[in-house]
Formats: sequence, C-alpha cells, structure tokens
Amino acid sequence: MDQEPRAVPEARESLPPLTQPSGQLDKLAGLYRQMFLIRRVEEECARAYAEGKIGGFLHLYIGQEAVAVGALAALRHDDYVMTTYRDHGMALAKGMSARTLMAELWGKQTGCSQGLGGSMHLFDAKNSMLGGYGIVGGHIPLAAGVAFASKYRADGKVTLCFFGEGAVSIGGFHEGLSLAALWKLPIVFICENNEYSMGTPLSRSMSVEDVSMKALGYGIDRDRFFVDDVLEVEKRIGEAVQRARELSLPTLVEVRTYRFRGHSMSDPAKYRTKDELELQKKKDPLARARQKLVADGYGDARLEQMEKEIEAEVADAVKFADESPEPDASILEATTYVGPFAS
Amino acid sequence: MRNIRFREALREAMIEEMERDDRVFLMGEEVGHYQGAYKVSEGMLEKFGEKRVIDTPIAEGGFAGIGVGAAMVGLRPIIEFMTWNFSAVAFDQILNNAAKVRQMSGGQLTCPIVFRGPNGSARQVGSQHSHSMEHFYATVPGLKLVAPSFPADAKGLMKAAIRDDNPVLVMESETLYGVKGDVPDDQDAIPLGKAAVVREGKDVTIVAYSRMTHVALEAAAALEKDGISAEIVDLRSLRPLDEDTIVASVQKTHRCVVVHEGWPYGGVGAEVSDRVQRLAFDALDAPILRVTTWDVPMPYNAKLELACLPQPDRVVAAVKQLVRRAQG
Repeated sequence: MDQEPRAVPEARESLPPLTQPSGQLDKLAGLYRQMFLIRRVEEECARAYAEGKIGGFLHLYIGQEAVAVGALAALRHDDYVMTTYRDHGMALAKGMSARTLMAELWGKQTGCSQGLGGSMHLFDAKNSMLGGYGIVGGHIPLAAGVAFASKYRADGKVTLCFFGEGAVSIGGFHEGLSLAALWKLPIVFICENNEYSMGTPLSRSMSVEDVSMKALGYGIDRDRFFVDDVLEVEKRIGEAVQRARELSLPTLVEVRTYRFRGHSMSDPAKYRTKDELELQKKKDPLARARQKLVADGYGDARLEQMEKEIEAEVADAVKFADESPEPDASILEATTYVGPFAS
Repeated sequence: MRNIRFREALREAMIEEMERDDRVFLMGEEVGHYQGAYKVSEGMLEKFGEKRVIDTPIAEGGFAGIGVGAAMVGLRPIIEFMTWNFSAVAFDQILNNAAKVRQMSGGQLTCPIVFRGPNGSARQVGSQHSHSMEHFYATVPGLKLVAPSFPADAKGLMKAAIRDDNPVLVMESETLYGVKGDVPDDQDAIPLGKAAVVREGKDVTIVAYSRMTHVALEAAAALEKDGISAEIVDLRSLRPLDEDTIVASVQKTHRCVVVHEGWPYGGVGAEVSDRVQRLAFDALDAPILRVTTWDVPMPYNAKLELACLPQPDRVVAAVKQLVRRAQG
C-alpha cells in the first residue's frame, strides 16, 4: 500500500452505511456472535465484580469488541497475539472459552492461568494467545521478540501486538517499533485509540493526535481507520497481516475506537460528558453489525436463537467459575521455576 | 587442561552451546562486527553469521524484551548488556516479563534466556558505570543468578545457564576478563546453586563471589601470616544460594565475614547473614560482619574509589575484629 493513510474525518455528523457485500452475511454473523459473547461475558464480569467475586482491577473492553474480533479474524489459528491488561475480548476472540476466562477472573484453579494471572494476565498458549500485560508499553518489545523468533525459524507466523494510545508515549513503543522496523519483523502493531489514556484525553497526552504518523519515522507502512464495521477491520488488518506474512514487514495501524465504560471499574469517567458517551454509543459497532444482519435478511429468529445460546454459554461459565475450586499454594513454586525452586 | 582467560572461557561456553543447539543466539550492542566491547564475543560473528550474532542499536529495554519474547516461543537467547549498569533501563523487561511470565501464565509459558555482561566497578568509571546490580536482581523470584570468580567456573556456569529453562543472569567482571585460570579440556556445565570452598581454613569463613573472591584470597594470605586460618566460600551462584556449603563452613570455623561489592543496605550480604544466623546460630562465636562498598555513589577519584571498594585490608580488619572478640 502507499504511505498515505486513508482520510479520517475528525468529527462525524452521520455514519457511512456498512458496505460489505451481503454475500458475507454468514461471516458477519460469526463475527457478531463473537462480539456479542465478549459483550455479555464482560457485562457479567462487571456484575460479578460488584458482588466481590472478582478482585483487583477489571478493565472492560465494552465498545471496542470489533477491534479484537475483526483483527483476529484476519489471522491463522497459529498466529500470535499479545495485548494489554484490557485483554478479555482478545482472549475470547483467540479461542479461549468463557468458562476458562471467567474461572481465571474468579481466581479459580480451572482458569487459564490456574487463578494466578487474573483479569490482566490472560494466557492461552494452545491458541497462541501470549498474554495480557500490565505495564503500559512493556509488551511491545516482547511482541517484536515473538515476531523475531518467527523470522529466525521462518515459521511463517504473524504476530499482532495491541496497545492503547496511552502506550505511544512510553519508551517500549519506540524501541519495539524501531527494532521491528530495523529487522523487518513479521508483526502488526495495532493501536486501539479509544481517545482516553485512563482519564487524559488525546489533546492533553499527544502533540500529534494521529498515532499512525509515528510510522513515518520508522519507515514502515501505516493505516488508520474508525472501527465502524467489523468486516472492514478484518479487511484492513488483513492487508497488514499479508504484508507481514509475505514480505516480512511491520505495519503500524491505528484503529479509532471508544470504550463505553471507565478505564477500570473504579473509574466513574467524569472526564467526559454524558452527551459524548451517548453519541458514541449510537455508533456501537456491535449494534451496527446486528442492524446490518437484520437489514440484509439474516433473520431475527436466527439472531435471537444465537443470542439465547450465548446467554446460556455465559450462565454456564458463571456457574462453572462459581463452583470451581481455588488453587492450592502447592502450585506456586512449580509455576515460578521450571525444575527445583531456586531460593 | 588449558590456562585461558576468563573472557575466552565465556566465549568457549557460548560457542559450544551454539554449536550444540541452533535455538541459541547472541544479541547485544557491539557483539558482532565490533567483536564485543570487551572482546568476549570475538570471532563469533565470523563463526555463526549475522543471523545468530546480532548487533543491536542502543536500546536495552527493546532488545531485552525481544529476547524475552523470543524465549517465550522457544528460542534460547543470550542477551549481552555492555555492562549490567545499562540493564537498569531494561529492568522492567527482566522483572515484569522474564521473571513472571511463567507464573502469570499458570505455567503455560517458560522463558529460557540468559542475560549476561560485566557487573560491578571497573576502574574510575564513575557512579553510573560502577553498580553492583546483583543486589537488585537476586531478590526476584523467577530469576537465577550466577557470578563466577574463575575461568573454569565461568565456562561451566555459562553452559549451565544457557541450558537452563529459566531466566539466568550471568554477572561477569570487567576487571576479571583478563584473568587466567586452568580450564579442563572437557569442562562441562557446572550445576547452578553450588558454592565452592576455594581455600580451606579453621578460624573464620569468608563468603565472597566474583572479583571479591580474589580480594578474599589476598586477605586470607595476609591473615595466615598472623596465624589466622581463613576458609573461603566462593558462592558462584547467588540464586539459588548454596546455604548448605556456607553453613557447613561456619559450623567448622564459628565466624563469618561476607565480602561483596555494592552497598551495605540489604543485598546479598544481608541475605547470607540472615541465613547463617538462622541456620547456624549455635555455631557462631561472634556477630556476622559484612565488608561492602561504602554507602555512597561511587566517586571518580582513584583514591576515593579504592577507599570505597572492599580491599584486602578491610577484610583482614573485619576478621581480626571477630577473632579478637572471640578470644577476649
């Protein structure tokens, strides 16, 4: 692709229609299913957090689901994903079950990390989900290392590395992109720009609000778009994935999105107005995908049946997490070192 | 048996392990075309090519993180820090990723990586280049840490570090790179976590590692002239720490002095002291003393730097203090 990104309007009075051909209806339905599952799992997590079943921090992805689902739809199963502490959507989209995810958040032994990782550190090695990380920007060099290994072994895999726009200001972002560019690593850096790094808006955290511009300094390709349509996300990320896989070249993609909840459960999000939030909710990519499915004749009854199945899946996962045992302290040493404990 | 330099021993270990396992590679600043800032990796680029001997830009956080990521998916990187001082800007990668990824993933992932380079003071390189970083890193569960004193141990421990499935930090010393020692022709890996009694004695145990083992040996020779027989335990490995060997020695000598570079607040000396008093309290005839770098940033001035660093005379004085106390 050329170096110029597609034009991005700064403010939009009305949304363009979803334009993907209706031949992709079943595919869209599949993506909608994943997004709806993520939404419902997280809503139940918020409830469980209020009930004290989940401890620590809980960073919800609600509103951003189309990024994970669209981007990961562009991958092969054995391609790698690394992301931030806002990782529930990514883990589910990569193939983790709602049971395994919720059990982890409940701190149970049946969770993906046996209850040792929690909400911010979801790992699923068999699905090549290499984790959620809690230090902003710290995982960006790590993801470059995974891509380095793919190039070293010529295994043809691509790594997707997700981070928020808040990570763009820290050193790990620069070092990760700089080295990936220098060594031409098969990786796609995806900045999920949700407009707020915790409570600080773009205008007060970045001198240049177009994150994709950073790519110019590293001499790598870039792209930038709004997350209106999950199929468009797949297509655009797919272009970058192809560039990584076939040419072993990195890309920086900025996806403009929005989170409907606060930074974490303790954040009432007083830094933005109700009007702003309501306006953003009208653009909810999940709702728009559903409207598109209905308009294109997928069928209300089929959608309702799908949603009913997901409700059952989520209820089953909550029950599973509730009833699962807690991990025993005896697992701590063996999960710290391979082999004998080193003290 | 050959008499070779410390840096040659390290190089041999890396070369042999890279020949043995093509997942092993060396990455760091100036390791390739420049032949290594301290010539540890001299000739390795020519032997293995740019794919496996990889020069990096000055970006410790970046290439330490790249090593950790590559290790998580099955490679076995050796990451060289030009000095451990510069690892301070990569501390997050070692502390938060290398040491924790196994636990955070519930045991799904491992991180078989070696971080290595010279540690501690050199000569008059000032406060920012004279850190003893082992005191920070040895506290971190999930890491292993070795600090050899002699070429044979350097080779054997480096080989073991590369073969280990955990992150292992190898702390060398700029002032030891040229030191020669006998290395067996078939020197194999030396198990991590085993100290060595490098001098037998009966009146006091001096615990040391890295360059301070050599300082302890000088002190022991001086003490011998005064009729004091010092045993020296060279820790070799700081995590795991071989408390059995330390305790066995103290039970024999009844006195203990710990010598290390780095500040006195906390650190390896405090850890050794804690274990000795807990595990060998009844054997002690005197308090455990530590001889450390003074509690100030390292000064540039040569005289002041020597004064700050543990010297044989300070070790001798500490030992005599203990012996006098026991006699008095």
